Amino acid sequence: MPRWLITLRLRLRSLFFKAEVERELDEELQYHLEREIEERRAAGLPEGEARFAARRSMGAIAQNMEACRDVRGVNVIEHGMQDVRFALRQLLINPAFACTAMLVLTLGIAATVTIFGFVDAALVRPLPYEDPSRLVHVFGTDPETVHSQRRGAVSYQDFRDWRERNRAFRSIAAYDVRAGFNLTTPAGPERVRGLRVTSGFFRTLGVAPRLGREFRDHEEGPSAPATVMLSYSAWQTRFGADPAVLGRTVTLQFPWLAGGEPHVVIGVLPPEFHFPMAAEAEFWATIRGRQACWDVRRCQSLEAVARLADGVSREAASSNLTAVVAQLRTEYPEHHRQPAVAKLVPLRDVMLGDIRPILLMLLGAAGLLWLIAGINGVSLVLARTETRRREIAVRSALGASSARLVLQFATEALVLAGLSGALGLLLASWSMRALTRLISEDMIALMPYFRDIGLSVRVIVFAGVLSLIVGLVLGLIPLVRTSTSETLAGLKEGSRGSASTMWRRAGAPLVVAELAIAMILLVSAGLLGKSLYRLLHVDTGFNLQQLAVLSVSPVSVAPGSPNENERPGDLAHHVAERVAAVPGVVSVAYADLSPLAPAMAPSSTLWVAGRSEHEQLKESWPVRRVSAGYFRTLQATLLRGREFTAGDLAAVRPVMTINNTAAQRYFRGDDPIGQSIALGGAGSPLREVVGVVADIKDGPPESAPHPAAYVPFDQSAFTLIVRSAQAEHTVFPSVVAAVHAVQPGLLVHGQTTMSEQMERLPSTSLNRSSAWLVGGFASIAFALSLVGLYGVIAYTVGQRAREIGVRMALGAQRRSVYRLVLGDAGRLVSLGAALGVVCAVTLATLMQHLLFAVESWDPATLAVASTALIVSALLASYLPARRAVSVNPVEVLRAE
Amino acid sequence: VSKPTDLVQGTLDLLILKTIAVEPMHGWAIAQRIRQLSNDVLLVGQSALYPALHKLEQQGWIEAEWKLSENNRRAKYYALTRAGRKALATETRQWDRLSAAISLIVSKA
Repeated sequence: MPRWLITLRLRLRSLFFKAEVERELDEELQYHLEREIEERRAAGLPEGEARFAARRSMGAIAQNMEACRDVRGVNVIEHGMQDVRFALRQLLINPAFACTAMLVLTLGIAATVTIFGFVDAALVRPLPYEDPSRLVHVFGTDPETVHSQRRGAVSYQDFRDWRERNRAFRSIAAYDVRAGFNLTTPAGPERVRGLRVTSGFFRTLGVAPRLGREFRDHEEGPSAPATVMLSYSAWQTRFGADPAVLGRTVTLQFPWLAGGEPHVVIGVLPPEFHFPMAAEAEFWATIRGRQACWDVRRCQSLEAVARLADGVSREAASSNLTAVVAQLRTEYPEHHRQPAVAKLVPLRDVMLGDIRPILLMLLGAAGLLWLIAGINGVSLVLARTETRRREIAVRSALGASSARLVLQFATEALVLAGLSGALGLLLASWSMRALTRLISEDMIALMPYFRDIGLSVRVIVFAGVLSLIVGLVLGLIPLVRTSTSETLAGLKEGSRGSASTMWRRAGAPLVVAELAIAMILLVSAGLLGKSLYRLLHVDTGFNLQQLAVLSVSPVSVAPGSPNENERPGDLAHHVAERVAAVPGVVSVAYADLSPLAPAMAPSSTLWVAGRSEHEQLKESWPVRRVSAGYFRTLQATLLRGREFTAGDLAAVRPVMTINNTAAQRYFRGDDPIGQSIALGGAGSPLREVVGVVADIKDGPPESAPHPAAYVPFDQSAFTLIVRSAQAEHTVFPSVVAAVHAVQPGLLVHGQTTMSEQMERLPSTSLNRSSAWLVGGFASIAFALSLVGLYGVIAYTVGQRAREIGVRMALGAQRRSVYRLVLGDAGRLVSLGAALGVVCAVTLATLMQHLLFAVESWDPATLAVASTALIVSALLASYLPARRAVSVNPVEVLRAE
Repeated sequence: VSKPTDLVQGTLDLLILKTIAVEPMHGWAIAQRIRQLSNDVLLVGQSALYPALHKLEQQGWIEAEWKLSENNRRAKYYALTRAGRKALATETRQWDRLSAAISLIVSKA
């Protein structure tokens, strides 16, 4: 055994088996004593005398035992414990200092740890799939357009060819972006979250079911049996975690398919499984049965995920798939108008979307708050060391070594930082949960990795590191402070020599740093707030106010029912007619999707008749199916032509409306009215353009204007858009009653208002959360920096009381005293503010892409933030200045 | 009578190591043996002996074991470790050099 290991073992034994070691030491010395007694008895001494002589020869046993303990190295630890106890007593003696310092440090640590918890959950914690780094999301076209327009990437027919022909993936699977099922329950139909996937979906992700099995290959396709897998939470809440759920049937209807069908439950997913793109689907079924879109190559309703084959890089896989896409293009030229590209993006990046830069920005902001809290802690400790100068002097005069003193102060700092760290961790674990509760249910469904956020090992280690850094820095201050010359100076009562200048010298830069950081946070919060305002007030092209939105879906059309012979679209027409008669309803329209709905509209290529192939723009744009009066109800501006009429819809006439961007892009200066366009390609039926509407923001408000087309509505499920005369919420009961008056079994779901939809869009709610968080950080930082400034100015005024007294005794005006004190403060504040503005603008350019319609150097924000900071800073320094002015010169001079 | 505290620093360690090199011993026996071998010149008090023993144990030069003593009582026996044996050799060589040097000076003067 190496010697250091022996030493370590013995030391640990001394530390943790203290009682035993002590007993052995005792026994050893006792044995020695008895042998001494025996020896003396043997020499003929009587018992009592032998005992006494032996004891005398042994000397002071207690001291010897202490010497042995010293040698065993236990005392270092004992002294450490003493220091900790002493530090705790010191903190208790001065509760004001202890509480202030701990409050400040706790806030800083808690804020940073909270945000780190989110960063950890989203960016660090592994995805709940097998070997997630090999998983990619497949885009059949440019990911940018797909992302901004929220639409599918590949048709089912094309996907099947991808799956068959690619050589790059171990497996590939797809899901239909049109999420949601109608579930038949004893209480009536219900809209539930669900997703249709191809059979290899869970195999590709590498997710093993908790119960039962996953889909098999024959369970996908037109004539496949109907099976369903349940999410863990659906199994828990809807089936009471019944293990016998396998084999039971649930009646599900895919809204794009007529009629519900019994689906056999074949498996239950594990609790940790999530798939953000599915918005927490409860029911997972396969792509099966006959649905028009799945038969047509140009109907791109799927998105694909794939697992790269072993040894195949993302680039190689991408070029392999691009070759497959190109092949399909030549085989079916009429259906593929877009350039052949296949982009593979790591699955994690797609899942995170915009959240990564936002999280990193928030972590940066929280880090700044931590920094400012640390600086405040430093100035507090500095000030406190100042008041303890005499104590230090006395203790070193009494023989405390300077190493022992430094160790003592470092222990105090570490205890302070440790307590703050522990409190900060507690506060953070609470605020993490509080913040996740504040995120809307819609958003959390898109970010399921935030659901089980909490104190992971990484978060705890992070908090420990933060507190340790604070503790070490705070512990180093007295090290700088306790030099011998100052110790001597400290003994002289009332001396104000080097120490106070030292404090002033250190205090001023600290305050400047604090003000600069506060400025950065204020500017960031201001920019985010302005960006949020701009997002919420973006010109949507229609009037969001007083619009109620609800979706209606026929659950099952049993054969022989009276509606059987109706054309799709008739139901919507009847319902709209009935709803229009409801009191308080101004006008009604319907469409497959309302504007700003958190779902993707199907898209098609616009093929202008009478142009040669190379004149066509091969881009695909969203197409909405809308009713007569759609634009009137939205209060959108019709630029040319007319709206659809009831006659267009009843006869399903081949007409269409395009938006202004489409008119500019496809027809330049020509009048589009009367022109013909085929949606989807040369072979598709021609539609006559009857109207041009000013652009409507259909999707996220931050998306750039893009072409869009509108065609007469011809489907069975629809979204009603109701413009009401009063508050939009009040019309729901009567509108729902009117819908059920047409057909009692209709499923009505997703009741919301247009303004709510706007508020709940991912971009607006993310922007709102970050604006609020950074705003909160900024206010705390603002307050801390003002407190710091106040402290420095008040201290300086206290130090200069005599000087001020003399000045006033010599006839100085109050004004000049104010100028003296506020001049000092003004220099610090303007330096801090200027430094802050420079840093803020630099840092804000880094978050430019998080801002909507606001420049990083937005002059109004900079002006407001710096005015706020300077005015409040001068107010904070006015208080000590007033105290300086109100001193009685006589008293001050007498006190000296 | 010379007390070990008067001895050159580190000498007591050497005496202890040398004494238990023959066989493992407990503290009292070590003190007795040093006294006998030095013809009652060196009296090692327990105030010096036990801290020294504990320090040597911490250094890994000797190891302790509880055994029954010659009078049938539990006593803590100390024995040399391998590192201790090496240390004894070095210490002895150093002692020889040192004492030779000292006696050179003392006898000439």
